[in-house]
Amino acid sequence: MKITRKDFLRLSGLSLLAAGAVQAVRRELRAAPAQAPQAGVRWGMVIDLAKCRRDSGCDRCIRACHEAHNVPRIANPRHEIKWIWKQPLASIFPFVKSTYAASSSVEQQAPLLCNHCAQSPCTRVCPTQATWKREDGIVMMDWHRCIGCRYCMAACPYGSRSFNWEEPRPALASIDASFPTRSKGVVEKCNFCAERIARNQLPACVLACPEKAMVFGNLDDPQSAPRALLRERFAVQRQPELGTNPSVFYLV
Amino acid sequence: MRERVLIGLGLALLLLAASGPLLIAHGRRQLSAAPVLQKPSNAARCILPAETMRRSHMRLLVQWREDVVRRNQRTFVAPDGHSYPKSLTGACLGCHDKQQFCDRCHSYAGVATPYCWNCHNQPAIASTQTGLQPWRSGQ
Repeated sequence: MKITRKDFLRLSGLSLLAAGAVQAVRRELRAAPAQAPQAGVRWGMVIDLAKCRRDSGCDRCIRACHEAHNVPRIANPRHEIKWIWKQPLASIFPFVKSTYAASSSVEQQAPLLCNHCAQSPCTRVCPTQATWKREDGIVMMDWHRCIGCRYCMAACPYGSRSFNWEEPRPALASIDASFPTRSKGVVEKCNFCAERIARNQLPACVLACPEKAMVFGNLDDPQSAPRALLRERFAVQRQPELGTNPSVFYLV
Repeated sequence: MRERVLIGLGLALLLLAASGPLLIAHGRRQLSAAPVLQKPSNAARCILPAETMRRSHMRLLVQWREDVVRRNQRTFVAPDGHSYPKSLTGACLGCHDKQQFCDRCHSYAGVATPYCWNCHNQPAIASTQTGLQPWRSGQ
């Protein structure tokens, strides 16, 4: 059978079209599963101050955290390093002060830590991206990259960051080898126990609290423990007027 | 004729002076034998072939560092299918000793001590209190 020029052109055009269509269908099929919606994660914490109030001398959360992360104890308050610390309630939430407020509630010591803000000012100013916001909401530190410029400390409105003015190792009573120490000249702060979350464990402070005053979980999950507390109780964040949207809430 | 001897002598001196450092270095190398490293007794296999590690362990360590800290990917799967935690203290130092392994080779090769140790710990120091153990092979 002889093929005419017209038939040849028609045939080759059609087969080209078919090949292109196969490619397009394949691409569509491949792209489809990636479009499945991914559940959001935003780690957060709710601290029940009524439970924390029961033993004002307790510092177990602080000790557990500082031992787990090799946070040095330095006597000089200007060189001090802290991941969790305590402050009188009135200095954290000035609105609790009133003419008739009980001094016990104003002077109560409440635990403070990095707020892991949704709009974190510290990560915006870091020139080396040594501190950045992870997709799960944790404000992380990469001590390999920190150059010690302390812009983040100036940007943080909560004083959550400390600078290593001196070598931290001599100030450590014991070293937990599974977590690195820091070196002189870097900034450090609470990492929401990212290394423990990766192993599906709760943060060290949460586990250490005898009153279970700290509740940790996924704020993006309406069924999570912190979300249940936030639904039922009156909660505040530190300095919400700054628009940083902290992930740490206090039940007052 | 006299000039020839002088020129020859000068040339020989120049050659000796120029090759001196090389000769000295060669002699030193003969004196200091390459470190003979003992294989760890508590592990059955290496994560990668020794030759690969010798050549590019630093690249692997940087890769692990970036993976763990910045990408939250904490498990290394070796080509042979075994998996290991991406951790200097938790994986490497579980078999290799800093002084006996890292330091000896670095000092032999004339490599300045890397600053890993400013922050990263050796498991031996605190192994009793943390219960940190050499990794157990996990599949």
